[in-house]
Amino acid sequence: MSIANESFRPKIVAFCCNWCSYAGADLAGSSRLSYPADVKIIRVPCSCRVNPMFILRAFERGADGVILCGCHPGDCHYTTGNYYTRRRMTLLFSMLDFLGVENGRTRVEWVSAAEGVKFSATMNEFVETIRALGPNVRLGDLRCRS
Amino acid sequence: MQELRKRAGELLADGTVARVLAWRAGDLPYNPEPAFFETEAELEHLVYDGFCGANLSKLMIEASKLEGKTLVCLKPCDTYSFNQLVKEHRVDREKAYIIGVGCRGKLDIEKIRRQGIRGIEAVEGAELDGPEELTIRTFSGEKKCAYRDAMLERCHVCKGKEHMAYDELLGESRDTKDAERFAEVEAIERMPAKERFAYFQKELSKCIRCNACRNACPACSCRKCVFDSTKFDSEQKANVDSFEEKMFHIIRAFHVAGRCTDCGECSRVCPQGIPLHLFNRKFIKDINTFYGEYQAGTGSDEKAPLTNYTLEDAEPSVVRERG
Repeated sequence: MSIANESFRPKIVAFCCNWCSYAGADLAGSSRLSYPADVKIIRVPCSCRVNPMFILRAFERGADGVILCGCHPGDCHYTTGNYYTRRRMTLLFSMLDFLGVENGRTRVEWVSAAEGVKFSATMNEFVETIRALGPNVRLGDLRCRS
Repeated sequence: MQELRKRAGELLADGTVARVLAWRAGDLPYNPEPAFFETEAELEHLVYDGFCGANLSKLMIEASKLEGKTLVCLKPCDTYSFNQLVKEHRVDREKAYIIGVGCRGKLDIEKIRRQGIRGIEAVEGAELDGPEELTIRTFSGEKKCAYRDAMLERCHVCKGKEHMAYDELLGESRDTKDAERFAEVEAIERMPAKERFAYFQKELSKCIRCNACRNACPACSCRKCVFDSTKFDSEQKANVDSFEEKMFHIIRAFHVAGRCTDCGECSRVCPQGIPLHLFNRKFIKDINTFYGEYQAGTGSDEKAPLTNYTLEDAEPSVVRERG
């Protein structure tokens, strides 16, 4: 089991808001902080741009984990966007949990433009979590698997 | 039924309404269908009995665009959907004349069949003022079945016999609630993740994507639907894999979250018998626990939970912490 897990490189999709988290990722880079290359960042104008369908589609297309980063509540560039995100994602994650999908595969983190350290730490930790969970089987196409 | 026909006839005759939206007998004794009636003569086909489960409020969207008022027959639970549609500006209250019809719970033909009663030719005792027991004529003789045992799941968790909107009331309603609304959801929540997954896998794999749930749902009334978009792989077609089955139902329920009145039409119309209301009810339960009790369609001006927020809302991580 452990051997299989070591060779397993998860695919992680990170939705980052343009104003805080994307800049946070940028800072992590310019500060020479490392985080695994398994994380693929998708820039979105605001965390509330992320439709629940985006997250499901990422899983469909083979993602093993999806993380959504936005400005801290109260700091949204558009004033209130991330408050809506917070409600939507709480409900979506709860529904995925209800359906029996491992609830560690989805996460929301608030990362500001000044938090390069937090960004890299969050990504390192998230990749570790997903690696421990193993490949995403439950939300993919099950017909081809035994 | 006679009273309803008579009253509808009067209102048509004096010009108060231009048409009547009610139920017409279907091709079988237990499948009346929604119908518009424009003349008094047509009203003889109007039926109202225990099988008239169809929620007519969604049809008021089209009727609101027509000339003149439409008389619409709404059961207590349908009025929630109606109010919600008025709130969303999909239905014009001025264009509707609501007769709040009485209800003593609606019947589910599948529940009768599941009791081993097959070859049904006629069902007696389904009227509003009928007896407590149904008499079912089958080709193998007469069978009996308690009215309560044949009721739709939604009637066992009835929201109440009060009409939330009406112009006049006709007929007595009865309280039919005898189960906890969230009991089913809670039972599933208690199962281990693996079992939950297996349960939903089993249920959702029955889906044939007929879109009956989408078409019947009063909250699901956008003119353009994401499931018709060619940009997603989910445009109208059968599910190609188990992912699509789940995605369709998660998104369907998510799009009506906070607006769903829990009318139970999705489960009633599903030809495959998938308990679709579980998804909607799970969202309602979460909304109630995280953001305070909310019932869509009561007619209040309160903002819907997903178009609202507070500074102290729970973080999405509560789901993970809850375990």
